Amino acid sequence: MSVSVSNDALLQFLLRMGDNTLILGHRVSEWCGHAPVLEEDIALANTALDLIGQTQMWLGLAGEIEGGKSADDLAFLRDTWDFRNVLLVEVPNGDFGRTLMRQFLFDAWHSIMLGRLIKSSDEGVAAIAAKASKEVAYHLERSGDTVVGLGDGTEESHARMQEALDYLWPYVGEMFASDDVDAEMVKAGIAPNPADLRAEYDALVGRVMTEATLTIPDSRFAHKGGRDGRMHTEHLGHLLTQMQWLQRAYPGATW
Amino acid sequence: MRASTDQIWEWLDAVPDPEIPVISVVDLGIVRDVQWAGETLKVTVTPTYSGCPATSVISMDIETALRDHGVDDLRIETSISPAWTTDWLSPKGRIKLEEFGIAPPQPAGGPERCPRCGSTAVEKVSQFGSTPCKAHWRCTDCLEPFDYFKCI
Repeated sequence: MSVSVSNDALLQFLLRMGDNTLILGHRVSEWCGHAPVLEEDIALANTALDLIGQTQMWLGLAGEIEGGKSADDLAFLRDTWDFRNVLLVEVPNGDFGRTLMRQFLFDAWHSIMLGRLIKSSDEGVAAIAAKASKEVAYHLERSGDTVVGLGDGTEESHARMQEALDYLWPYVGEMFASDDVDAEMVKAGIAPNPADLRAEYDALVGRVMTEATLTIPDSRFAHKGGRDGRMHTEHLGHLLTQMQWLQRAYPGATW
Repeated sequence: MRASTDQIWEWLDAVPDPEIPVISVVDLGIVRDVQWAGETLKVTVTPTYSGCPATSVISMDIETALRDHGVDDLRIETSISPAWTTDWLSPKGRIKLEEFGIAPPQPAGGPERCPRCGSTAVEKVSQFGSTPCKAHWRCTDCLEPFDYFKCI
């Protein structure tokens, strides 16, 4: 028997999933035409495409709950404080190494989360998770391989990857934060408690960092405020000016 | 008069995939169901990758083809569950892919052989290729790069 869940909690949960993939998808797409080699450019663009595709499904479902809004409405017509993505995905790309480090830190969480969501009591959520998890398996394989390749690479690449890990690590904790929305999702069998995914995450990330000869910072301090919308970094606003510009300047424009 | 669903499937099998025109949308396994609901023909399609830009073109091509055959009252529905898998590629589609120079998907996770010279000495260049559904491989005998339709 399914436990009834408030529409607002379900909406918040869907926005968290969809805004993570939307904002990361946009960040990754910024590399299009700029990556160090052609193969990496293609891989980054394909990853961004998958993430944007997943966004359409998550925000599509969120829009239905919000009363007939489209995924595009939610992507292009909300302001910073309405976004529910974790801070990790909105920080600027930095160099190629930091972009791939962020990708790996996110992919590891994403793949574990989607694995649990496949068994969600909500059919729509389970279907999106089943579809997305197949794509994310490829993202994780690539970002993990690249972190190892660059971490255990030259002196220069190793130093840059360690710097990237040190910079990004304080943004990891937010992916495992729990609040009332999560409690409602757990109760209804829709989604796991994010905190319960941490052990599996630490094992996976630890394994890859060891192979990459990188040292995980010895601190659990976490920047927070993205997934509950309390306080995003200033970077999100700048990102939105780029991403939303066309719809803001020419409302309703299509092609 | 309503065309039989067998006839509709045959028509759809003549609609080429926009990215890989040697195979049809039916070969690709993205047409999941064809059904009449009264006078309305309902065609259910599923995307290969969730962000694949070809998806909307495919729906449009299906609609155009069916209208050309006189089916005016039709509805195309997108379904994501069960998720598309490369297991749904038809045997005919797999052969055509290889003839075209794209190695068909294998359960082992990599191409069985080079689609050009047949050598089994192949190596992966990148898990991501020219479209979301393909990876980029290379033959170390004939030295030609080629696409591999990756398993999903």
